[in-house]
Amino acid sequence: MDTVIAYMPNIIDGALTTIAVALGSVALSVVLGLLGAWAKLSKSRVAQGTGEAYTTLIRGVPDLVLMLLLFFGGQTLLNQIGDATGWWDYIEINQYTAGVLTIGFIFGAYMTETFRGAYLAIPRGQVEAAIACGMSPALVFIRVVWPQLVRYALPSFGNNWLVLLKTTALVSVLGLQELVYNSFTAGRSTRQLFTFMFVALIIYLVLTAVSDVGLRWLDRRYNVGVRRS
Amino acid sequence: MAETAPASNGAQPALVAEDIHKSFGDLEVLKGVSITAHEGDVIAVLGSSGSGKSTFLRCVNLLETPNAGTITVSGETIRLKPDGHGGLAAEDPRQIQRIRTRLAMVFQGFNLWSHMTALENVIEAPVHVLKVPKAEAVERAEAILQKVGVYEHRAYYPAHMSGGQQQRVAIARALAMEPAVMLFDEPTSALDPELVGEVLRVIRKLAEEGRTMIVVTHEMGFAKEVSSETIFLHQGRIEEQGPPQDVFNNPRSERFRQFLAGNLK
Repeated sequence: MDTVIAYMPNIIDGALTTIAVALGSVALSVVLGLLGAWAKLSKSRVAQGTGEAYTTLIRGVPDLVLMLLLFFGGQTLLNQIGDATGWWDYIEINQYTAGVLTIGFIFGAYMTETFRGAYLAIPRGQVEAAIACGMSPALVFIRVVWPQLVRYALPSFGNNWLVLLKTTALVSVLGLQELVYNSFTAGRSTRQLFTFMFVALIIYLVLTAVSDVGLRWLDRRYNVGVRRS
Repeated sequence: MAETAPASNGAQPALVAEDIHKSFGDLEVLKGVSITAHEGDVIAVLGSSGSGKSTFLRCVNLLETPNAGTITVSGETIRLKPDGHGGLAAEDPRQIQRIRTRLAMVFQGFNLWSHMTALENVIEAPVHVLKVPKAEAVERAEAILQKVGVYEHRAYYPAHMSGGQQQRVAIARALAMEPAVMLFDEPTSALDPELVGEVLRVIRKLAEEGRTMIVVTHEMGFAKEVSSETIFLHQGRIEEQGPPQDVFNNPRSERFRQFLAGNLK
């Protein structure tokens, strides 16, 4: 127990990094998801194709492969482009950035499906009613589409978030000192791997439980006016 | 806005739709339909399903883009340009948005915004489109909800109201825009028979106040008693047109006679 307490600040530090990676990637994934849904629902063939290619690619490739590819290959590629064109000097992708970019990119594809489905669930007539009142497309989106998009997207979004939170563990492979990395290191150096991985497990459970409370709150907020049976 | 609009006189018409054509692919739904609504006119548009009556109404506020035709609201003609798919779209989005605020629409399926209460539905467009101060919008909305008989339900969400109540809220939402013309797209067709009366009574009251309305409907009795002009559409053309007493008592077109025989028992 004493060893655990001794390593606790380090593990808490790791947990905070995990949270930072998760929040960074979820923000990116929501942006990419909205863009992806917009592309897939657009009338433009090019946009549709791009959206389709994006989601197909992500579904077909393991997260870890993409992450290693971006972290090791991406940096080399960027610097070669920089050298060749002279547009930028040396760029370093640190582990945090690589993690957020990869996880955000991967989950952006899942969010694309989440938002696309949610948009299709909004009754078309409500959008027409908004247009018929003289609302501009931006106002229609803000006042009528967005609140309902969130409502319909929430269940699937919550699911994605919980999976994303756990996927952040992969970033430990890049050497980012997040929850798994720090717990594993502590476990190895004290030869109490079981204890420390158990601590990590508990912390993940706490994070999920807290997320659940947050998701429920969002659900209540965006489900006003919905009849529950 | 005054409770009673001035009767039709020499002033410019509230709405003129001229020679509206609309095709969906190869199917020509409207083959040149024109109507003129002066202030205070109540025009009932009849027709069997597929006659193009709803499409016509939706072309008037450009929810559907016509292939040809002109639309003029209170003297202002909507500027149209080809949309690249054989239809016409508004040239200036701001113009059509402004004109749409003058043409309030009531839909067959109510189309209330489900995440807003009845009151919020009614004040939404006045506050966010017309920029009416919220307190004023609420005050006016409450008066309108009172008038259509759903004031007690102002805090309810659409899912918790009956179809008749929802449609009356939708009418209140349209009234709150203080429109020049109200467009009703089969306002009672989605209602249970016992709820039709309460909605028709509200529309009749509005007609008696002198509001300018175009009502696409299946309710023969309503058209006969309330409209100032009845139009019968058949296969995308106006087959019969005139004051209801003429049209119903002395139909000139064979098709309308058949239609009446099938509808009036």
